[in-house]
Amino acid sequence: MILQALAFYLFAFVAVASGVMVISSRNPVHSVLFLILAFFNGAGLFVLMGAEFLAMILVVVYVGAVAVLFLFVVMMLDINYVEMRKGFLQYLPVGGLIGLILLVELTFVVGAWVAAPAAGTVASIPIAPPEQVHNTRALGNVIYTDYIYLFQAAGLVLLVAMVGAIVLTLRQREGVRRQSIAGQIGRKRADSIELKDVPRGSGV
Amino acid sequence: MASFTEWIVGWVDWFVTWTFWDSYTGQGTIIVAQVLAVLAPLLLAVAYLTYAERKVIGAMQLRKGPNVVGWFGLLQPIADAAKLLFKETILPAGANRVIFVAAPMVTFILAMIGWAVVPFGEGLVVSDLNVGILYLFAISSLGVYGVIMSGWASNSKYPFLGALRSAAQMVSYEVSMGFVIITVLICVGSLNLTDIVLAQKKVWFAVPLLPMFVIFFISTLAETNRSPFDLPEGESEIVAGFFLEYSSMTFALFFLGEYASMLLMGAMTSILFLGGWLPPFDIAPFNWIPGPIWFFGKIAACMFVFLWVRATMPRYRYDQLMRLGWKVFLPFSLLWVVLTAGFLFAFDLVPNG
Repeated sequence: MILQALAFYLFAFVAVASGVMVISSRNPVHSVLFLILAFFNGAGLFVLMGAEFLAMILVVVYVGAVAVLFLFVVMMLDINYVEMRKGFLQYLPVGGLIGLILLVELTFVVGAWVAAPAAGTVASIPIAPPEQVHNTRALGNVIYTDYIYLFQAAGLVLLVAMVGAIVLTLRQREGVRRQSIAGQIGRKRADSIELKDVPRGSGV
Repeated sequence: MASFTEWIVGWVDWFVTWTFWDSYTGQGTIIVAQVLAVLAPLLLAVAYLTYAERKVIGAMQLRKGPNVVGWFGLLQPIADAAKLLFKETILPAGANRVIFVAAPMVTFILAMIGWAVVPFGEGLVVSDLNVGILYLFAISSLGVYGVIMSGWASNSKYPFLGALRSAAQMVSYEVSMGFVIITVLICVGSLNLTDIVLAQKKVWFAVPLLPMFVIFFISTLAETNRSPFDLPEGESEIVAGFFLEYSSMTFALFFLGEYASMLLMGAMTSILFLGGWLPPFDIAPFNWIPGPIWFFGKIAACMFVFLWVRATMPRYRYDQLMRLGWKVFLPFSLLWVVLTAGFLFAFDLVPNG
């Protein structure tokens, strides 16, 4: 139990500290690397809570794919750091307001949880206790049976976003020579080689 | 003599039932011992994988390979390690020092921690995670960070190009690898690696899922930056790619990490498709050989194909690499997931694990 508490405080502290570093470090690449560290500690917290499936999915999806592309983009950007910092005061009120709203919402959530502990169980679908069912199976049971339509709708939203991104970036250019694999493989000897009997002393 | 045996038995008995093993320190000692029992042979295997690579490729090109240091050149890996240790570590002037030094460590550590969940036999595993295969998949998808960090921190053109190539390549091939893993999982009904191996008691998954086996193997080649997908290194175009600026131990860590992750991918292939520690047939001459030996043999066979491919295939062109990943492997593996799921559902074979 002591080890678990120690691990919790370690993960929580590093997660918060790297969250602070994400917004305060000068170099955007360092920011992304700290973001990855924060994801890792989030995964560690999930493991402590016994949600090992969510922890692994967090690492696979966010760290293994999303953050890689993020890092990719940030490394390619040509940013003037001094100029970027200039707008800090200008954006401070809006950012502060959003932060405040989030804080209030979180307080409501925690407050409701403290005030009426049973409220959550009324609204939610009963999930089998972790001693009986692995959390992968429990999650699958809920997502793929009771909430299948909402889950599929979420997938469709993502699909639309993907199609939109492709439409925005796809452009047809004239005069691009593309490789035609079928054409290459289907080429016969007769199509490409011609034997000519060249008489001596004259050209082809 | 009998009293001596009794004395030994008594000591062993005392040692096994010692209350120290129940304390935190005792548990910690056991875990450290288990980790060392996996990592020490692993590092030795990595050293001799480099030797095997040079010998195998040498034989395929009608050369001798290393044959001077020790008998048949057997001490060559040790000599190489000593040479790398005593070289000077160079930090380029324009490099980002912390990330530059951290990158090889990341590569090496990631290649090591994947082995925590690999079962060498029934119950012979450091940590029997419920989500073992997802853990392995997560670790292998993190391998790209060592490459990207080193490429960026070197502050040099060729490493940066290598890093960008590697990022795109690994993310692309991970997708089809994920689908292959899903196909295996719906045949098993569990994410636990031991369950996956035990589900292959009747027939190895390489037989019913042969196309997926092939796709998985090719994807592991791309995932470990091996030939014919070694564009991140591409010595004929971008010198040595992402580890161009590295020397001495930092270079050695990249080298060790890369070969250890090759071995890890071999282990993953054997677990998912070649029946892990199970013998091919559960009959007399085969099941005399203990499980771990079968497992090592299967990894060695996978490694031989890795080396064989390297000696045979020319390097892919970049657009062909992307085409293969996105336009061939991805649709095919997706189709096969649907087919497998449909087959299992139609014939009422869905496992309830």
